[in-house]
Amino acid sequence: MTTIITLITAAVTFGTVLMYGTLGEILTEKSGNLNLGVEGIMYMGGAFGLAGAFYYEKAAGAAASGPLAIAIAILSAFAAGMVASAIYSFITITLRANQNVTGLALSIFGTGIGQFVGEYMRVSEGGYVALSNGLKNAFSARIFPDFMVNIPIAGRILFSHTVFFYLAVVIAILMYVFLSKTRYGMYLTAVGESPATSDAAGINITKYKYLATTIGGGISAIGGMVYIMTTAGCVWNHEGLSGVGWLAVALVIFCMWRPLNAIWGSVLFGAMMIMYLRVSIPFIPTELYKILPYIVTVIVLVLTSMRNSRDKQPPASLGLNYFREER
Amino acid sequence: MSSTENRTPLIRLAKRSEMSPRKIWAIRVCSIIVALILGCIPMMLTGNNPVEAYGVIIQGSVSRPVYLKQTIRIAIPLLGCALAIAPCFKMRFWNIGAEGQITMGAVAATYFALFWAGKVPHVMLLAIMFITGAIAGGLWALIPAFFKAKWNTNETLFTLMMNYIAIGIVAWLQGGPWEGRKGSQLIPMFSNEARLPQVFGVHCGWIIVLILVVLMHIYMTRTKQGYEIAVIGDSVNTARYAGMNVGWIMMRTMFISGAICGIVGFIVVSGANFTLYKGVANGVGFTSITVAWLSQLNSFAMIAISFILAILEKGATTLQTRMQVPASIADIITGILLFCMLSCEFFINYTVIFRHKKKEAKS
Repeated sequence: MTTIITLITAAVTFGTVLMYGTLGEILTEKSGNLNLGVEGIMYMGGAFGLAGAFYYEKAAGAAASGPLAIAIAILSAFAAGMVASAIYSFITITLRANQNVTGLALSIFGTGIGQFVGEYMRVSEGGYVALSNGLKNAFSARIFPDFMVNIPIAGRILFSHTVFFYLAVVIAILMYVFLSKTRYGMYLTAVGESPATSDAAGINITKYKYLATTIGGGISAIGGMVYIMTTAGCVWNHEGLSGVGWLAVALVIFCMWRPLNAIWGSVLFGAMMIMYLRVSIPFIPTELYKILPYIVTVIVLVLTSMRNSRDKQPPASLGLNYFREER
Repeated sequence: MSSTENRTPLIRLAKRSEMSPRKIWAIRVCSIIVALILGCIPMMLTGNNPVEAYGVIIQGSVSRPVYLKQTIRIAIPLLGCALAIAPCFKMRFWNIGAEGQITMGAVAATYFALFWAGKVPHVMLLAIMFITGAIAGGLWALIPAFFKAKWNTNETLFTLMMNYIAIGIVAWLQGGPWEGRKGSQLIPMFSNEARLPQVFGVHCGWIIVLILVVLMHIYMTRTKQGYEIAVIGDSVNTARYAGMNVGWIMMRTMFISGAICGIVGFIVVSGANFTLYKGVANGVGFTSITVAWLSQLNSFAMIAISFILAILEKGATTLQTRMQVPASIADIITGILLFCMLSCEFFINYTVIFRHKKKEAKS
């Protein structure tokens, strides 16, 4: 029993990272933009989130407060993600370049920037960038009081996580409400389904695409920051982050472009990512065990493409650029 | 003010008719220059003189024969892999699994290098490694192509996941069945029979890729299959209407693409590393996408572009040791290069029309 509970809590920790990436990409894809740069965006979020918290602590010294550091880390990651996806938006929406290649370019660019910033901080700070233990604990602290965490079984599973997990759940619910219950969410969906129709209906296509893509990029970037500040222990670690962004893109398909599905979907994938550490299976070498999430992703991709129900399709204009005069 | 004037937007776009090839390439060269200028920004932000930094990059990559040879060694897999990606991208099949296809080609070649060395003559061993590498890479690429052809499975993510799977397999081989000394986590070095001979101081892989350049150019521009690929790239529906078997062409093209990547994998293990490890592809699969796209899928332009990117990569390591600029600057500049190249297509395809206030006021 304890093994299962530990597995679930660890899965949630890693799943949170994926959840931000997935939620951001869902919002982006709803506008018809297929942003393959999530990998790069999450790298940038990780590097700039760490930089934000680190330089804040350097400036504030011992007076640095945990909540403020968390807020700064979130904001700087969000800003980095917005800038990165603004580049993508400009090139694909305004200049109408191919979305696939632009996304790949953003991946290369973003991983480069992330690495550059991470490395540069290390070199310029004399070899080691780390937050003080006080702040580190603030990032991985539980936010619910002990008596709730101590409720047998359910306490650990539901209340023992960091603030980032609950924030992600809130974002997921808000996004669900926005997309399916508000007028602007409907407009956004319409833009992603058929830009020409929405344009004729008087919806400002460009505005919706820009906003959805940049805000989505910002949300994805928070995921990178959460990884660096919780799992990686507030140290720049690009190896652990590599591949996460791509998994997030795959998860969007797995979740059928629905924010609420992202909650359990990312926890499930989080479980697969860390299972080799917690549950050993005899006769399967660790290295082969580690590729489990990728194999499952492949199977999921194949299965989702095989069944063809109408309500489980991507936004109809996904990956296509819109030019009014081109009919 | 007349109402017609208010309705005309300030900036308007229109499709441009054909541009002369010279003008098109002038715009592309300009965009590369713009990219190199934008690349100065991160250098300046970290307090380095960009002119000096570019100087170090050039110096560290081509100033001495030793450096030049190392740069060429980086360029060989880039060029080979870009050639492999070109037909896929031409038909809008987003194969980003070159990394995995290289790795699987390398695995197959390594198997024969480890277990068949000494049993067959030198040239024959290399030939076997070449062929099996190609087949392994091709089959690895065929898997996503099959599902794409059959069920339209998203190939971008599929090929990408195949990368991680291939790398995972090598990691397992490295620490498991093929491990040399126990606990070393290393596969033993190849014996001399399994190594590519050197020509002009660089392993003869460069001859192989140059031959591939010519072959690929002929394939893409002079054969029926190349034409089919181009038609699918322009419009799948047109291809179907013309009676082409799109799924079959996709699978065939991906097999060829994967096979070339597999050959690159063979060249890398047998010519440069003399062993297999999980980083064997070393990001080549991604950088070569840049090469392919920057050269507009033109085989001969790829020679120049892969050399430029190799200079950037080799020079960036020198830059790191000499000026403490992280070597990932190479990735940043590569990304900017791609951004600029993608953006400049806009100016080739569209014209920007500004509203002429005076003219309309008169009329």
